[in-house]
Amino acid sequence: MLQGWVIASVSFAYLGVLFAIAYFGDKRADAGRSVIANPTIYALSLAVYCTTWTFYGSVGRAASTGIGFLPIYLGPTLMAGLWWFVMLKIIRISKANRITSIADFVSSRYGKSQLLGGLVTVIAVIGIIPYISLQLKAVSNSFTILLHYPEIVMPARAGAQPLLQDSALYIAMILAAFTILFGTRHLDATERHEGMVAAIAFESLVKLLAFLAVGIFVTFGIYNGFGDIFDRAELVPKLKSLMTVADTGASYGSWWSLTFLSMLSIMFLPRQFQIAVVENVNERHLARAIWLFPLYLLLINIFVLPIAVGGLLHFPDGSVDADTFVLTLPMAERQEALALFVFIGGLSAATGMVIVETIALSTMVCNDLVMPVLLRWKALRLQEEQDLSWLLLSIRRWAIAVILLLGYIYFRAAGEAYALVGIGLISFAAVAQFAPAIFGGIYWKGGTRQGAIAGLLAGFAVWIYTLLLPSFAKSGWLSLDFIREGLFGVALLKPQQLFGLTGLDEISHSLFWSMLANIGCYVAVSLRKRPDVVETSQGTLFVDVFRHTEGAERSRFWRGSAQVQDLLPLIGRFLGPERAREAFLAYARRRGLASLEQLQANADLVHFAETLLAGAIGGASARVMVASVVKEEPLGIDEVMNILDEASQVRAYSRQLEQKSRELEAATAELRAANERLKELDRMKDDFMSTVTHELRTPLTSIRAFSEILLEDPKTNLANRRKFLAIIVKETERLTRLINQVLDMAKIESGNAEWHTADIDLHEVIEESLAATSSLFGDKRIRLEKLLAEGVPRVRADRDRLIQVMLNLLANAVKFCDEDRGCVTVRLSAGSDAVRVDVEDNGPGIAEADQHTIFEKFRQVGDTMTAKPQGTGLGLPISRQIIEHFGGRLWVESNPGRGATFSFILPLNREGMGQEERTEK
Amino acid sequence: MTKRILIVDDEPNIVVSLEFLMKREGFEVAVAADGEAALKSVEEKKPDLVLLDIMLPKKNGFEVCQTIRANPAWQSVRIVMLTAKGRDTEVAKGTALGADAYMTKPFSTKDLIAQVRQILGES
Repeated sequence: MLQGWVIASVSFAYLGVLFAIAYFGDKRADAGRSVIANPTIYALSLAVYCTTWTFYGSVGRAASTGIGFLPIYLGPTLMAGLWWFVMLKIIRISKANRITSIADFVSSRYGKSQLLGGLVTVIAVIGIIPYISLQLKAVSNSFTILLHYPEIVMPARAGAQPLLQDSALYIAMILAAFTILFGTRHLDATERHEGMVAAIAFESLVKLLAFLAVGIFVTFGIYNGFGDIFDRAELVPKLKSLMTVADTGASYGSWWSLTFLSMLSIMFLPRQFQIAVVENVNERHLARAIWLFPLYLLLINIFVLPIAVGGLLHFPDGSVDADTFVLTLPMAERQEALALFVFIGGLSAATGMVIVETIALSTMVCNDLVMPVLLRWKALRLQEEQDLSWLLLSIRRWAIAVILLLGYIYFRAAGEAYALVGIGLISFAAVAQFAPAIFGGIYWKGGTRQGAIAGLLAGFAVWIYTLLLPSFAKSGWLSLDFIREGLFGVALLKPQQLFGLTGLDEISHSLFWSMLANIGCYVAVSLRKRPDVVETSQGTLFVDVFRHTEGAERSRFWRGSAQVQDLLPLIGRFLGPERAREAFLAYARRRGLASLEQLQANADLVHFAETLLAGAIGGASARVMVASVVKEEPLGIDEVMNILDEASQVRAYSRQLEQKSRELEAATAELRAANERLKELDRMKDDFMSTVTHELRTPLTSIRAFSEILLEDPKTNLANRRKFLAIIVKETERLTRLINQVLDMAKIESGNAEWHTADIDLHEVIEESLAATSSLFGDKRIRLEKLLAEGVPRVRADRDRLIQVMLNLLANAVKFCDEDRGCVTVRLSAGSDAVRVDVEDNGPGIAEADQHTIFEKFRQVGDTMTAKPQGTGLGLPISRQIIEHFGGRLWVESNPGRGATFSFILPLNREGMGQEERTEK
Repeated sequence: MTKRILIVDDEPNIVVSLEFLMKREGFEVAVAADGEAALKSVEEKKPDLVLLDIMLPKKNGFEVCQTIRANPAWQSVRIVMLTAKGRDTEVAKGTALGADAYMTKPFSTKDLIAQVRQILGES
């Protein structure tokens, strides 16, 4: 027999333990040795997601829909996979902006809008109240059931009991008191509750262990393991169907929508936001939560089906509510201690949820709803109050009490119409309304305040109409007519078959329409108007949070003037003067200043004060308060855009710098190559000089030697004397020729040569050249063959230069002609656009390899003393330069042993080239 | 005993002048116009001294010098390099390859004769 006082004292003892843990956690936090700076504790505290809904409700849902309880846990598991992208971003944003709640987050994002913060708060409070009532119902029911131990008596209808005998009321009051003790003992600028988090993590362990204990007891104590239970279930047709997903479209639709809904809830339920974001001490804790939290969900769900099936087998007549199987099964087996432990587990799940949820909601109510109103209410003269921290705390305390009271009222009103899970889902659907504004807010800079307000209002309205009101109606508070007939009897407005949409369960139906309205309005209204100054700057800070992490950039969006002696008292009024002083002093020390007096009231300090205040009263109110003591010069949208542009310019510059450095590298490489080329040229010049020197020294050697011989011995015989003098003369001529040609070459190459361009008859040029070389031909008895076409058009060129080329080619031909039967052929022919001249000899020819070399300077071909050609080695290079100067081409064709043919062509139609009669320099 | 001198140059007029000079000084003179002919001549004529040009067809003066120095049988052959290439690197290269003297064209005939006589130990 379990006496009421036993249950009550065990419960209070348990709450006492929780409180001790919280107290210890807070003490440690104050001492700077945080107990929650641990990823496992972070992950466990996230399990505040699992409330009595999980603890009792999952079994209930499993008993009616089989594995239909799973989507609620599948969603968070899927979402956890995305946390590293989404949650990390939200945490980073929240830390940078000192976000204290989800309402604060939304309001900050859309230009620190008080209206938006208030709206989110209202939605959250109204949306969450059914959820809180769910906890009351579960604890109250489990208490009542346990009280009748060992008999199993289902509790009476909630509303049926007289108010003062209703255990739920007392539970609500106890929870309210406990939460107030927990969450509002003091006011912290960061709005963090380390002790509470530690207690929540402990509770998560307790409820998991309690549930596992029941699961193991049922599975292995009452039955013989999983196999046994499911084998027995197979025999009962009603139970068999629980093991599969009902194969209908609606069932799959419901799975999908529940999964989706719970994905959003794990992010946006105020308590989840509080634990995951606000209470997060280290972003890296997220890494463990990503796998540990889904693992927790898996563990707490393993025994759901066995307990459900076991319960259905145990109580086949349906007299026992499946929501209570977790408790009633141990009771039926007379396991007193286990039943008590289960009750404590359920209490754990409920208190955890209620504490965190109400603390989160009370912060929102205080910061985003009540304070903005009070601060505007001039009659209250709050502006003159010196210390407002007491006010903040009492608002929060009252908010907690009121929220729990509302939860109790809903419990009385609607609690019986729904199973636990049904009530929870209504809250989920409400919280899902935050998704468009938040996801849009962190990924889309175009979202505006008006868009967010429109989306939230539309989605919330649809939610009220399609879920909340019907839940009231089903509880008898409202007439059921509007559900059956539609509003004003219009069938299209039936709240659960809106616009004729049927075939969905009520949650999916509501989710579909509310999301459609919400997203549609958010996007459409946002697109209508360009974001204004504050929206733009906040949007940028949120969306580009990973680029703007350092607070430094944030203050750039503010300009104005302020006084430290204005700011400090302002903060002091909300945080308490002592706390404010400490915070300012710490701020000054971080900047290397010894005292407060040295602080400069610049944009950074104003920003610091505002975030400090934001921690206490929310971003929107903080902005208003700070604005009241500083003279702010509003930035125009253009200026904000400029600041943003600057930021993007900085990025552009760094890209440009990279580009430039790449270009520099390329330029360096080019320079190096150019330098190599120059060096090469230098070497070539050096070689050229060396070659020229060599060519000059050679004739000089003979001249000097013979001169000295003749000088030393005047009596040299006449024959020798003649011979030597002739050599001297010849070598002198060679020297002269060489010098002339080197100079000529240098002039042509440097572009300083003189050109006398005129219309030239090549016929004449050839005849004249042949006349000049006739003695050469005569000396060597070389036959000349002339094949000169008549009427060849004139070409524009320098007559003397062309003769120079012809003489050169003819001299070469003669030089290399066959010794005995020398024959040189000269041809002149005209093509359509060029005139061609060939000079052919019948000498040894030129090897393929040498045909290129002979046009290089000082490169003569010949290998024996007799074959050593006479000449400077510059004739052909110069000739080629001349021909090329007039746009022509000079080349050689030869087969060794069959003579060589030197040919050049000169183009006709020189007009286009502008080669008039002129002297070029 | 008359010393034999081999003149190696591809410039006919220089050969004429050197031949005249050396004969006038009483040496026995042989002539080669390229590197290969020079080595052949060294083999056949066993000259005491070679006046060796560098810019030669077929095998240049450096190669000829190296080949002579590489042959133990020709260790006694003296080599005077005569060249129009006057750069220090070439002088150094010639000396390094085992030339006894290096004269730059155009040279003083007196100096050349003195140099030849000194190397042949007749001064």
